[in-house]
Amino acid sequence: MGGKVIKVSGPLVVAVGMSDANMADVVKVGEQRLTGEILSMSGDRAAIQVYEETSGIGPGAEVFTTGNPLSVELGPGLLGNIFDGIQRPLEEIRGIAGETISRGIELPALSRTKRWAFEPVVAVGTRVEGGDIIGTVQETSVFKHKIMVPPSLSGTITEIKQGEFTVEDVVAVLKTDSGESVDIKMLQRWPVRVGRPYKKKFVPDRPLQSGQRVIDTFFPLAKGGTAAVPGPFGSGKTVVQHALAKWSDVDIVVYIGCGERGNEKTDVLMEFPELKDPRTGEPLMKRTVLIANTSDMPVAAREASIYTGITIAEYFRDMGHDVAVIADSTSRWAEALREMSGRLEEMPGEEGYPAYLGSRLAQFYERAGCIECLGSDGRQGSLTAIGAVSPPGGDTSEPVSQATLRIVKVFWGLDAKLAYARHFPAINWLNSYSLYLVNLRDWYNSALGEQFLKNRTAAMNFLQQEAELQEIVKLVGQDSLSPQDRLTLETARMIREDFLQQNAFVDIDNFSTYDRQARMLDMILQYDKLAREALKEGADMKAVFGIEARTRIARAKSVPEDEYIEVYDRILADMAEQIANAKAGGEEL
Amino acid sequence: MIKEYKTIREIDGPLMVVTNVEGVTYDELAEIELPSGARRRCRVLEVDGDKAVVQLFESSMGINLAESKVRFLGHSLQLGVSEDMLGRVFDGMGNPIDGGPEILADAYMDINGLPMNPAARDYPSEFIQTGISTIDGLNTLVRGQKLPIFSGSGLPHAPLAAQIARQAKVLSAETSFAVVFAAVGITFEESEYFVQEFKRTGAIDRTVLFINLADNPAVERIATPRMALTAAEYLAFEKDMQVLVIITDMTYYAEALREISAARKEVPGRRGYPGYLYTDLATMYERAGRRKGKKGSITMIPILTMPEDDITHPIPDLTGYITEGQIILSRDLHRRGVVPPIDVLPSLSRLKDKGIGEGKTREDHAGTMNQLFAAYAAGKDARELMTILGESALSDTDKLYAKFADEFEKEYVGQGQETNRDIEETLNLGWKLLSILPESELKRVKPEHIAKYLPKRKEEEK
Repeated sequence: MGGKVIKVSGPLVVAVGMSDANMADVVKVGEQRLTGEILSMSGDRAAIQVYEETSGIGPGAEVFTTGNPLSVELGPGLLGNIFDGIQRPLEEIRGIAGETISRGIELPALSRTKRWAFEPVVAVGTRVEGGDIIGTVQETSVFKHKIMVPPSLSGTITEIKQGEFTVEDVVAVLKTDSGESVDIKMLQRWPVRVGRPYKKKFVPDRPLQSGQRVIDTFFPLAKGGTAAVPGPFGSGKTVVQHALAKWSDVDIVVYIGCGERGNEKTDVLMEFPELKDPRTGEPLMKRTVLIANTSDMPVAAREASIYTGITIAEYFRDMGHDVAVIADSTSRWAEALREMSGRLEEMPGEEGYPAYLGSRLAQFYERAGCIECLGSDGRQGSLTAIGAVSPPGGDTSEPVSQATLRIVKVFWGLDAKLAYARHFPAINWLNSYSLYLVNLRDWYNSALGEQFLKNRTAAMNFLQQEAELQEIVKLVGQDSLSPQDRLTLETARMIREDFLQQNAFVDIDNFSTYDRQARMLDMILQYDKLAREALKEGADMKAVFGIEARTRIARAKSVPEDEYIEVYDRILADMAEQIANAKAGGEEL
Repeated sequence: MIKEYKTIREIDGPLMVVTNVEGVTYDELAEIELPSGARRRCRVLEVDGDKAVVQLFESSMGINLAESKVRFLGHSLQLGVSEDMLGRVFDGMGNPIDGGPEILADAYMDINGLPMNPAARDYPSEFIQTGISTIDGLNTLVRGQKLPIFSGSGLPHAPLAAQIARQAKVLSAETSFAVVFAAVGITFEESEYFVQEFKRTGAIDRTVLFINLADNPAVERIATPRMALTAAEYLAFEKDMQVLVIITDMTYYAEALREISAARKEVPGRRGYPGYLYTDLATMYERAGRRKGKKGSITMIPILTMPEDDITHPIPDLTGYITEGQIILSRDLHRRGVVPPIDVLPSLSRLKDKGIGEGKTREDHAGTMNQLFAAYAAGKDARELMTILGESALSDTDKLYAKFADEFEKEYVGQGQETNRDIEETLNLGWKLLSILPESELKRVKPEHIAKYLPKRKEEEK
């Protein structure tokens, strides 16, 4: 028994005769069986958001409920794949429909024919609970997929197999306490709007190493933390997000392209299989899942895409991995929310966004965290959430930016002015912040020594002082400054140009280890220290500023990985000597 | 059998309500027959039970509620396409207006197109030489890119677009080029400028023109860019052509969209534009690109005038979030007589990195590009400082930077409307200008490139 459409307005369809449907059920609309989701019910009338273009649908078209909420398929075969906002595999759609996406295509997310080698890790008779690992599948050369008991189940294993199976084959049978036998397959389903359960949540205390100097040293993100990257167009949001997806030291990356350019997804699809992970030496695509709802794809599926992405990320987290989910851009998601809200004729909040914008955003980011996974082995996992925000006109006083800033702990503010001057990444060092510095202090002190955080503070001070001194320079010119202040400007410039600036498109420079970052910054501050002493003793300013070692500091970022320690030590030694010479020369004059 | 309805209940601006309808579907095309026999087209925006809200594509003048008939045609708005469209002129709805015969369509295509599967896109990476240094050298255009021109009232965006259309070529491939031009709400004179330009250069034979002028109905503008893109898709992906689409002016398109949104009493977003403006623009801009397994491509240059030169206005703002960069014209440079007045610093081509370098342009391209940007930014700062504090307050290096900025604007930017520089010339000119600065300032170029390309200074030669 099905309902009938009575109204169509863009992606919103209203149907009557839907009394057998549940709130939030997935429904199929019309002859083409377009996929939709119930947003509200009143009597037997259901308001449905349809995830595909609704042209050609009119009153009288039939509507069926599937009886299930919007869910994703979880199991081997997710990695290296690209899905649309409701987890349809885009590569396979291409095989069926060609270069464009036609409507009403129904395809399972995970291949039903592909066979995976299942290795059991428990024996018959073992007592297991939800989240326990019963076997593994080598999904890609870098990733061993763990097959877990679904969260709500527990009991005794009565049968377990070994060999090659499809995701729908039964790999184990479990007898619950009530005596019921349950088949366990590699494929699991989970509703996207419900967070997957875990045992316990922790405060994050390990940094996410991104290899980006301005992020790792100045505004670090913790594994299990949340970050936002707001910025006007052209300020390099996407480059920052791609860099994070490429170089972050996590096991799995879920990249959600939400209402952004099609070519950006294509770029990832073409580049990631070629790029090697600096840690494993294997192609990055083998640890990446892509969700794409490009800006020309239906707007309703955009709303679903970030939930689809984060649910997949949670599944990998539950295996005990570090996972990062990157959403580009949450503003487009919020706009999709606004569009549906408008069509539902809800009372608008600020700038037409629905009043529940803030709570929905908070629900998304709150699914991040460091957790102890379900299961009896006490393994831990983390889920880091990074969201881009695209504020209109770059003005972060708008509702999406403000609602995001209330939740996230790291703010990387991109600045159009820096981008115009081709300072990349264009993260503004004066207004960005990270609240994880406190949590990460112990890690820094033990891994990099106590000097590291001291250097960071000193460097931030230089940049702050530079901003103040620049004001004076603008009024009265550089000549009126004391040599000490002139040195401060020089040092700040070195921090900006020789440390913060990082070219994502140049090998070696695109990724810096923490050790290298610490040494580079230390080198610049050593220069400042030596030069300051020399100036105090009356050395000639020009000679001190013009030493040859400085040009080598400027090129220090492109020193190959296996030589940098040696090269940096040599620069330090030469620098000390050259400053001493400059001082001696100054005295002679 | 197609039913005719004589049940128009209401006409208000571009919207019409028809009642007692049956079997009408969303986005369906309909035709209104006036008592005079004239026919006009419209499409269904909303169906609610037996009531359909219909948006007119043409003027509502003369529609009589009692006598006019409405027929719903069972499909959405389509364009008949054929290779014979090249060299022809159409109105904003795709009817020929050059006095020639009707087009015998090879196929009828839905003007809304279908979203392109990101897995089926081919990444644009082939350099297009426009002969304009500021674009080729600094904001490189590649085949399949969408790169808008952000202009202002009174700025010469039309000559620039015409220059690009005239000079653009793909260096590597032997391919057939075509231009699809859509005039959206511009004046007769501006449109005629393009027509004459295309005729003068002989490009008209490989050009398809869609013209909706300022005095044509605003609602027709909703369809015009889509008509043009549909024709472009046909030529690119069915006929293997390299198509350059120029749409001018997107601002008028957005205003037409706002007009309809306001008539529907929708909750307005910023500045009264509908909340779905981003999505709506994206469904057009995203039709540019390349597809795997197809030889053709669509490269798009939409032109828009920024109201009050305000780049944060919703139209340029949302456009910039979708397109792969932007070319911005500067009123300041225009006043100083720099032609074309391209404002280099805020302009950007996002796809440049994939289209330049060894094997595509030249090995030193990326380095010089970054160096020129940085040097020009520093030069502008120095010049600004000079106006406040006087020249004496500047250090020697800053003075050189200021000089660099002047020369850069004069020679590199201000190449004139007729100059067609190939990429070698552009890159060499860049090096010549960089030689104004001391070599120690050239931190962004590789030392081996400095040795190879930097012109030797006169005093050093002595």
